[in-house]
Amino acid sequence: MVLLPTWMILAIPLLSFIINGLFVRRFSGHLAAKIGTIAIGFNFLFSLALAYYFFQSGELSTLEWHTEWLRFQSNLIIHIGVMIDPLSAMMLVVVNTISFFVHIYSLGYMHDDEGVGRFFSYLSLFTFSMLGLVVAPNLFQMYVFWELVGVSSFLLIGFYYTKPSAVSAAKKAFIVTRFADLGFLIGILLLGYLGLSVNQGQISSVYSPLDFLFLNNPDVGLQLASSGLLTTGLLLIFIGAAGKSALFPLHIWLPDAMEGPTPVSALIHAATMVVAGVYLVARLFPLFNLAPVALEVVSWVGLFTSLFAAVIACTQDDIKRVLAFSTLSQIGYMIFALGVASDLYPLGYTASLFHLFTHAFFKALLFLGAGSIIHAVHTNDVWQMGGLKKYMPITHITFLVAVLSISGIFPFSGFFSKDEILTAALESGHMTHYLVGLFVALLTSFYMGRIYFLTFWGQSRSHENASHHPHESTWVMTLPLVLLAILALSSGWLPFANYLWFAHKHDHHSLNMTVAFSGTLAAIIGLSSAWFLYSKNNFSKVQKIQTGMGQAYQIIKAKFYFDELYLFVTHKIVFNKIAGPIAWFDKKVVDGGVDLTGEMSQTFGQKLTLIQTGQVQNYIIWFIVGFITVLTLYYNTVL
Amino acid sequence: MNSHLLEWLIMSLFIFCVGIYGLLTRKSGVGLLISLELMINAGALNFISIHRFLYPAQVDAQVFVLFVIAIAAAEVLLALALFMLLIKKQQPVDITQLNHLKH
Amino acid sequence: MGILSLIVFIPFLTAIFILFAKSPKTIKSIALAGTGLHLLASFVLTYLFFNSPQNINPDPTGLSLQFVEKWDWFSSFGVSYFLGVDGISLAMILLTSVIIFTGVLASWNVENRSKEFFALLLLLVTGVFGVFVSFDLFLFFIFYEVAVLPMYLLIGIWGTGPKEYSAMKLTLMLMLGSAFLMVAFLGLFHLSGLNTFDMTKLAQVNFDLQTQRWIFPTLFVGFGILGALYPFHTWSPDGHASAPTAVSMLHAGVLMKLGGYGALRIAVYLLPEGAKEWALFFMALTTINILYGSLGAIKQKDLKYFTAYSSVSHCGMVLFGVATLNFIGFKGAVLQMVSHGLMTGLFFSLIGMVYGRTHTRIINEMGGLAKVMPWLATSFYIAGFASLGLPSLSGFVAESQIFMGGFMGNPWHDLTWMRVLTVLSTMSIVVTAVYVLRGLAQVFMGPITNLHFNELTDASLTEKVTTALLIASLFFVGLYPKFFVDMIEPAINPIINRLNM
Repeated sequence: MVLLPTWMILAIPLLSFIINGLFVRRFSGHLAAKIGTIAIGFNFLFSLALAYYFFQSGELSTLEWHTEWLRFQSNLIIHIGVMIDPLSAMMLVVVNTISFFVHIYSLGYMHDDEGVGRFFSYLSLFTFSMLGLVVAPNLFQMYVFWELVGVSSFLLIGFYYTKPSAVSAAKKAFIVTRFADLGFLIGILLLGYLGLSVNQGQISSVYSPLDFLFLNNPDVGLQLASSGLLTTGLLLIFIGAAGKSALFPLHIWLPDAMEGPTPVSALIHAATMVVAGVYLVARLFPLFNLAPVALEVVSWVGLFTSLFAAVIACTQDDIKRVLAFSTLSQIGYMIFALGVASDLYPLGYTASLFHLFTHAFFKALLFLGAGSIIHAVHTNDVWQMGGLKKYMPITHITFLVAVLSISGIFPFSGFFSKDEILTAALESGHMTHYLVGLFVALLTSFYMGRIYFLTFWGQSRSHENASHHPHESTWVMTLPLVLLAILALSSGWLPFANYLWFAHKHDHHSLNMTVAFSGTLAAIIGLSSAWFLYSKNNFSKVQKIQTGMGQAYQIIKAKFYFDELYLFVTHKIVFNKIAGPIAWFDKKVVDGGVDLTGEMSQTFGQKLTLIQTGQVQNYIIWFIVGFITVLTLYYNTVL
Repeated sequence: MNSHLLEWLIMSLFIFCVGIYGLLTRKSGVGLLISLELMINAGALNFISIHRFLYPAQVDAQVFVLFVIAIAAAEVLLALALFMLLIKKQQPVDITQLNHLKH
Repeated sequence: MGILSLIVFIPFLTAIFILFAKSPKTIKSIALAGTGLHLLASFVLTYLFFNSPQNINPDPTGLSLQFVEKWDWFSSFGVSYFLGVDGISLAMILLTSVIIFTGVLASWNVENRSKEFFALLLLLVTGVFGVFVSFDLFLFFIFYEVAVLPMYLLIGIWGTGPKEYSAMKLTLMLMLGSAFLMVAFLGLFHLSGLNTFDMTKLAQVNFDLQTQRWIFPTLFVGFGILGALYPFHTWSPDGHASAPTAVSMLHAGVLMKLGGYGALRIAVYLLPEGAKEWALFFMALTTINILYGSLGAIKQKDLKYFTAYSSVSHCGMVLFGVATLNFIGFKGAVLQMVSHGLMTGLFFSLIGMVYGRTHTRIINEMGGLAKVMPWLATSFYIAGFASLGLPSLSGFVAESQIFMGGFMGNPWHDLTWMRVLTVLSTMSIVVTAVYVLRGLAQVFMGPITNLHFNELTDASLTEKVTTALLIASLFFVGLYPKFFVDMIEPAINPIINRLNM
């Protein structure tokens, strides 16, 4: 399509992973870092060119490249391939851009770490996996790369592998998402089966039952819907999406995932991997549209997650944890936006993806900024920060841009995307969603303002040596911040609806003033309350509120004890009540049965040897008795 | 003599049973041998009387019984030889003690 | 003398050569040369298999065997020396050659009576190869016994822990399986009325339903005992734990596959009606296998028991695939045999390497080893990921086929039941992830728990070759499944056609 074959966009990060991972990092970690960055830089430019040419061509979708990979039976063959359509083109740009900026940033952030070569190889692996997921032409390939993304995430969260908390967090992330992937797998099995039983028409001769071009075809969709099992299949797939996107109640792994290095959090847990669930639902949206029950579930789960996470975010003290919950909340927005959309009111579809786009930039910016801060003050705790605007101007300004963007203040990008979501909720008649979404916007600006003011304003509460002032990070780290800030400012103005739409192209009409006004009002209330409580040095009002809320505050701060619940269920119930008894049962009862047969034969044998008395006369008696018996039998039977 | 076959058979059976009784209850090895002899002779007697009943003119059975007596004597000789060895070890020939074939 | 006889007897000849050798070094070199030569021979066989004129059987229910060698042996009993190979057998031959080669490498440190050890190992493998290419039931049984009996000595003499007990239990239970097989084979022989043990001829016979109803479960259970069918699997944990490294590799990697192979090749193929009667029952039993094995693995404290329970679970999947009576399921079963064989070979060889350094197999006594043994840690994690079915490794390819097959159902059994059992089996992907990650994290991650561990070395050259070869194979099957799928599919067609008759 462009000068190079499209599959190169996958091949480059893969090669980078193999070359760096197996060879280069043994000699020089820094060389590996540079190779990785250049590779992704190339990918970044390539993705921009690809997107440009694609949208220029006006095509709906193209299957660029594919080859047979795994054959189940003659009418169910899985291909590996690359499909470019508006959705994947956009995701390619997002993933490559964020990945590139994170690579540049990490050149500075991870410079002194002895595992830097390993880090960059894992980053390449992740980029490869995520890209493969995004360009997948069929559900099965998506699952394959879904799992690979999970492994990359596992490796990166557990990067500091000598730290028990990091190891635990990596395990938890993998297991929770695996649990969700179980639902995904069963959904795939079900959809594959349903797809096979669809009337073999013109379509199915070309495509395999799991191809998106097949599943999203309107005729096929109607036939699938009539089977009565479509909703079940979609809900199962949604479980998979919920795991990767950390929706309630599978959200527990994301806050712990902050154990990974901050660039990882920026790349994976803010901008790319966690939106894979949104991407999945969007990909299958034509089918979801035919299953309104599934869409309802999607919208409520998304809405609840966004509220739940926003409430918790207000109480957390670790800057990365606040950002993690913020991500959960924003993803909740994206999910419920999809949930409120339909072919009658398709705005939610565009709004969700638009928010995905803008959120990637400002959330990555927030995380990288947080990394810059943590790098400078050597702590994650906001209560040990303060007054940093004096020492870290670039970080400060860019962070502020991101805060304003996420709060939804005009003219930053978040304003446009968040308002579009709220508009979609309002116009499609989902009043509750609109009101709750508005409240969450308020909370968002509140907690973001809280950490902003606590970090940058007021006096330094650092426990470090008073003469040891924090200083601004190197240009390698601040350059991506600046670039992302520019994007956070400008990306809102993109006429997104011209590129990504469902059912019919939504005229980019003027803003819904009700929504704009109420949204901005909510943001201002949130930010000003935060300013009021946190920008000074006196926190007595905060203390009063905390004690006033009493027990409720403690519960919220403890994230509603879901982590404890998870541990309880896994350790006490699964391990001790199920796995333990099974292991015991196997050893004592089943194996005991085997040992019992052994013992029985031994005992029987021993008892039998008592006949061997060694007494000749006993033997003679047996002899005589036997002889008489034989004779009697002989006389009775033969004669 | 023909019509009295039954009496002979009963007598040989009686001797045989005495022999079995002795075989089963004697503690002494020599006692066992005596009982065995009784059983062998009862069998021989049985053999001759029936043969005489069936074929009064022939002497096959009597010749056979001579062989039997010879073999019985040889066997007793062997047994007594073993008993002599045991007595040399100052063990009384008590067969209840000879239980080395026990497990 | 055809290529197949060569394949079967090269290990045997190597064993003979070893008996004449004197120094341990010569012994090991001969063993390595022999198994290396064998590996090459299997590659040559594969090449010839794909490139020589295909011997296609016109009868769609008949096997299409290549490189057939058939001579009468005891003609009055209908026994012949009948060797042949088709896709399924070829896949198993490749698996076994790789495992024995790496097994010999992994046993490089055996010093005590190494002559007898390697000789017995190679004798065992002769039996295995013989089983995979025999198409006469009597010959099959002979090779089967040759494969099973040396285990007693190998575990009882060179094992660790309660080795005599484990060896005894393993051998007696497997003998029980053989007893069932013998009864079934004789039953087939007599009831066919053909006075032959020739499998291809027996396959033409339609045994009456009553006969099939009792012979099929006898066969399936007989093979199942070797294939770790629940509840006859308990010889496996103790057996594997007490066995020396190469023996565990061979046993879990190859021998247990004899069970799955026999179940598919003989039980289902010769007795399709019996299979239809009993398959759902066995599917339920193997579902228990899958879940029970993986749940049981969570609580194990010893690395080898941990792997053994994992094998119970994965070998359960093989039999599950066979019980689906479905083209995709059968394919998955054979793929899983290959995949699990490689994976478990890797696992046990790694455990041997770690144990050789830390002198403990208790998981809780180890910790933070990744710092000192990165190669071994990475290999262990790759094996672990293969075990939990990560795409790009072989486990995923096999498991997805098995689950899809179970889900698709078959025309003779209730679809809902099959789906329920399949869904229950899929839950194992989560449980496996749990125990694999927990176990490996405890051993390799975190800070180093025992200061002595700081002195430990990473993999040596032979160990690197062993692990690299196995890992490469796992990736090969996982990334390019077409190779094995193309090999296996034509061989499965006769079995499916017979079922459909």
